[in-house]
Amino acid sequence: MTDATLPTQVQTAAINRARLRNKRNAADFRLRAYGITAISIAVGLLGILLFTLVLGGYSAFVQTHIRVDFPISAEYVDPADPAEGNWRAVVSDGVGALLPSDSPAQARQIAQILTNNTQFFVRNAVVADPSVIGGTLTLDIPAADIFDQLNKGNIDRNTPEANRRVTDQQIEWFDSLQEQGRVSTPFNWGLFFNADSRFPELAGLSGAITGSFYALLVCFLISFPVGIAAATYLEEFAPKNRWTDLIEVNINNLAAVPSIVFGLLGLAVFLQIFGLPRSAPLVGGLVLALMTLPTIIIVTRNALKAVPPSIREAAYGMGASPQQVILHHVLPLSLPGILTGTIIGLAQALGETAPLLLIGMNAFITSPPGGVLEASTALPTQIYIWADSPERGFVSRTSAGILVLMGFLLLMNAVAIFLRQRLERRW
Amino acid sequence: MVGYLFLTILVFSIAAFFVGRSAGNRFVATNGVSTHSLPGYHGAFVAVWVGVPALVLLLLWLMAQGSVIDNMLLSTLPATLTEAASAADKNLLLSEIKNVAAGRIFAEPTPEITAAAETLLRWQQIASWLMVVVVVAAMLLAMFFAYSRLAPRFRARNGVEAFTSGIMIACSIAAILTTIGIIASLIYESIEFFKLVPVHEFLFGLRWEPQIAIRADQVAGNGAFGAVPVFVGTIVIATIAMLVATPIGIFTAIYLTEYASDRVRNIIKPIMEILAGVPTVVYGFFAVLTVAPAIRGAGNLMGLATSPNSAIAAGGVMGIMIIPFISSLADDAIRAVPRSMRDGSLAMGATRAETMTKVLLPAALPGIMGGILLALSRAIGETMIVVMAAGLIATLNINPLDSVTTVTVQIVTLLIGDTSFDNPKTLAAFALGLVLFLVTLGLNVVALTIVRKYREQYD
Repeated sequence: MTDATLPTQVQTAAINRARLRNKRNAADFRLRAYGITAISIAVGLLGILLFTLVLGGYSAFVQTHIRVDFPISAEYVDPADPAEGNWRAVVSDGVGALLPSDSPAQARQIAQILTNNTQFFVRNAVVADPSVIGGTLTLDIPAADIFDQLNKGNIDRNTPEANRRVTDQQIEWFDSLQEQGRVSTPFNWGLFFNADSRFPELAGLSGAITGSFYALLVCFLISFPVGIAAATYLEEFAPKNRWTDLIEVNINNLAAVPSIVFGLLGLAVFLQIFGLPRSAPLVGGLVLALMTLPTIIIVTRNALKAVPPSIREAAYGMGASPQQVILHHVLPLSLPGILTGTIIGLAQALGETAPLLLIGMNAFITSPPGGVLEASTALPTQIYIWADSPERGFVSRTSAGILVLMGFLLLMNAVAIFLRQRLERRW
Repeated sequence: MVGYLFLTILVFSIAAFFVGRSAGNRFVATNGVSTHSLPGYHGAFVAVWVGVPALVLLLLWLMAQGSVIDNMLLSTLPATLTEAASAADKNLLLSEIKNVAAGRIFAEPTPEITAAAETLLRWQQIASWLMVVVVVAAMLLAMFFAYSRLAPRFRARNGVEAFTSGIMIACSIAAILTTIGIIASLIYESIEFFKLVPVHEFLFGLRWEPQIAIRADQVAGNGAFGAVPVFVGTIVIATIAMLVATPIGIFTAIYLTEYASDRVRNIIKPIMEILAGVPTVVYGFFAVLTVAPAIRGAGNLMGLATSPNSAIAAGGVMGIMIIPFISSLADDAIRAVPRSMRDGSLAMGATRAETMTKVLLPAALPGIMGGILLALSRAIGETMIVVMAAGLIATLNINPLDSVTTVTVQIVTLLIGDTSFDNPKTLAAFALGLVLFLVTLGLNVVALTIVRKYREQYD
């Protein structure tokens, strides 16, 4: 080593250090960039998901209606017994006055602008108010699905007629109705108050909402008391031995069993052995209760653990028995935490689909269930049924149903967060 | 009738509570603090004695009544009807009698049937009144018994607490019963299935065509129950899901634990929770409506043959569903590494990336692995996304652009609609369910063991 090389060595070392530092900083920067990318992808995907749902679903919250004047002549409808009238004739009279038609065949085609169940709308209105017999009844009747889609702009008028689901003639009719000022698109209350139907324009969620409500009620009534009792025993009273270890491991594993396996259990035990009715919210609720039970047990144990020992010691000091300490003091104090966890568990149960499919809660049922033993669908299974239906109208109904379901989930979670913030005490 | 009886039991119990409590109050008034239990416990003691045995009795009665009456009815029928009848014929006969009794008459019934229907109605009447009498008598008897035991030194509280303990233990056992129910029903139906289809054919067979003829004259496949294509499809979709979810989840966790400010974390965490809270049927719809057509379009653009229900669409969306699962478990694992290790590394001049990759990640690796295994078990058991977006036909291929089917899809398709428990099609679903249960159970046990071991290491 000579003197001449020394400066270069120092220089190289400095350069190397700088290079190394840059490299290390670049690595740091890269890791951070990977993280940001990963989060952006996740958030972006959620955004796309919500965006497509809202985009697809908002149009189902309004429904195209057509105003029709039905002449209710006493010839067709007997004022003494309005329910038994010749409603088909009444409807064809009303429709005939809408648009001119050349032939009976064309008149029938015009009638198809209105929903298939038009006569029931007219009948119900007349039965509710028989004084219109002899006069004219003006009603807003839901338009058939293809016209609903045409009105909402989901059918492109520029595509050739052969590739379009409405004919030029039908478009002409619809436009002429629009010129007459008969077309309106009010808020679609039917989405919430109608039960399922084969016709998208009439299909609604009331059956599914009622079914889900009953199932969740059963689920809550079973899993809440049983879960709290089990958790209280395991956390506070159980001796630590092999049996209680087994129960613990078992509960942790039960929480991770795929939901469809619970459906198989429901099918084999509740339907096959106990002979409970298929598609009933009672069975759905029982299956969901078994699935929610581990969740409630786990949150209850955590809530019990969070109560400070001073409470217990004070109660023991006053001469309370072990059960009095827990049931009178510790459990009431942990109730907010338990409630929060229970609501979150019920929200999960509300979104659960697979086990309900196996016990037949995906049947086609056109009236809301009157009790827990009647056949019914639930919100998620209704969404599944609609997603499988071919009509264009059901695509937007599916999205709208999902928005309703997510609305309920959001509401439940909001209640849970509210409870946590208002009631939960920090010790 | 039964509803009113339940109500009566409730009313009696409440009344019993007040009777017992007033006795307790009397004891306190006369004996003062030397009374063993509080008045409320005396009340509860009597109420439990009145209500619970009556309730149990009523439930047992309701369960037994139907079959007892059926048997009595059969024995009254003329021998010509029952002598040579098989069990199924007898059931048919009984249901005919019940229909006639309920007024649902389809054809003119024979005089024997009509007579039997009248007997049935009479007996049902008698049985329901007898039930009321028995239950009320039991309650009165229990009331008398429990009340007579009350005394100032009587340990009413201990009695009530023993009852409460019993209820709590019974509830804890419910969780075990669920597991036993799952295992027993899966194993029982699987054994029935393996009587029809040998185990080795199910586990190693390469053809899965479960659509067998239900009626003899129906045109359908002969049925083949080799589940390998189904298993392969499940593995393909789960692999795609894990390939999507693992890097995104872990990098998200790294960023959130090491780089993100509190404000960013408070925004991102709830978003991840929303992602985790979206019901799976929604993801399924998303996969069918948005992702699958997009992937198909992209595939066609590149000149690749893409199936409309490609494995990559179902697996990709399943991956999205699993991201929050992995990120939160990895987040927990990284956070569980003692702060001193991180601080030590930073104090030596290491950058944050070096601290993360050379100190925190290696230390957190077992926890992260456990999280990945749990996520894998969830991917394998996930149903709705694949039912809606994956294929139905089992083909033995691993091309992610092609359509494959999974265990859960097959279970659902085999069991949707009416199910009878005597054909291999229905039973095959339970055999698949058993495999699914065992695999996910294995993954969960391994994952939970790893996570627990690792937690203990730093506690």
